[in-house]
Amino acid sequence: MMNVMRLFGGRAASAPVARERLQILLSHERGRTGAPDLLETLRSEILSVVSKHIDVDPDKVVVRMDRGKFVSMLEVDIEVPNGVQRSKMVAAT
Amino acid sequence: MAKVLVVTSGKGGVGKTTSTAALGAALAQMGQNVVVIDFDVGLRNLDLVMGAERRVVFDLINVVQGVAKLPQALIRDKRLENLWLLPASQTRDKDALTEEGVKRVIADLKTKFDWILCDSPAGIERGATLAMRYADEAIIVTNPEVSSVRDSDRIIGMLDSKTARAERGERVEKHLLVTRYDAGRAARGEMLSIDDILEILATPLLGIVPESQDVLRASNVGCPVTLNAAGSAPAKAYTDAVRRLMGEAVEMTVPVERKGLMDRLLRRRAA
Repeated sequence: MMNVMRLFGGRAASAPVARERLQILLSHERGRTGAPDLLETLRSEILSVVSKHIDVDPDKVVVRMDRGKFVSMLEVDIEVPNGVQRSKMVAAT
Repeated sequence: MAKVLVVTSGKGGVGKTTSTAALGAALAQMGQNVVVIDFDVGLRNLDLVMGAERRVVFDLINVVQGVAKLPQALIRDKRLENLWLLPASQTRDKDALTEEGVKRVIADLKTKFDWILCDSPAGIERGATLAMRYADEAIIVTNPEVSSVRDSDRIIGMLDSKTARAERGERVEKHLLVTRYDAGRAARGEMLSIDDILEILATPLLGIVPESQDVLRASNVGCPVTLNAAGSAPAKAYTDAVRRLMGEAVEMTVPVERKGLMDRLLRRRAA
């Protein structure tokens, strides 16, 4: 079937791809209007918790996101130098 | 020396975002370092047209407000390593953008890239004026249709008065990009011709992009048309436009979209 479509239609239809991309995107964006986006909340809270304990150089933090249909991935790379500056919070405990 | 280009039109739906993606990709395909910025705060779409919508973490507003650093917000294209995207915010409103903030971000980008393409929102309000504010050159996207030509004329007036260059007494170099052009309908007198448009707007022509299903197909799959259908008429039009931007003299042709089964089969065999 696909081959026949290719022969007559030039190449496979792109509308199904568009449909799926939109479904994934909109399912994430619609969630945002009510409750705040979970990944967004996680990102900011992870960073604030980490920076409570160590001085994080904002330039050395890489946050990557990949929103999927069933699962999304939030990747937070924080470079921690050896002999880190501990912040006051930890020193006080 | 980095060049700042605004892709603008006044009217919505004429192909600003599609053209920004295609021109940005075409420049990158020629080895240039390119960043495309979405200025349509609240209604971003450049990420979607470029296929990066799932990877947006930070945006232009975050950078302007200092929440994120520029390198954290820039998204690298998965196909072209010298093409980057700075997305707009989807949740904030356009008042979050400040003139000072935009100036700072653009100055920073100028140290890292050869070309900075600003995708303007439709309209003539804050978002559109900020997108053109620091431009060196402007690409005015026009459809061969009365309301689009009228709005382009209005935008040309703003480029000559409301930009930082205009206020310094310098000029923003303007280029006209006609999109969704149907040579057959223009020949039959059903559509404004290129000559009609050029006579009315008196702005040098950068390129003529034909009405084509390749353009829709490219945005369906989230890949700029110069990459997704490299041999197609619109891809050639965008590539030629980019060559002209880079100073090459490229003969202007009116591209014709080949249609029909026989043509497809013939083209397939030839390829």
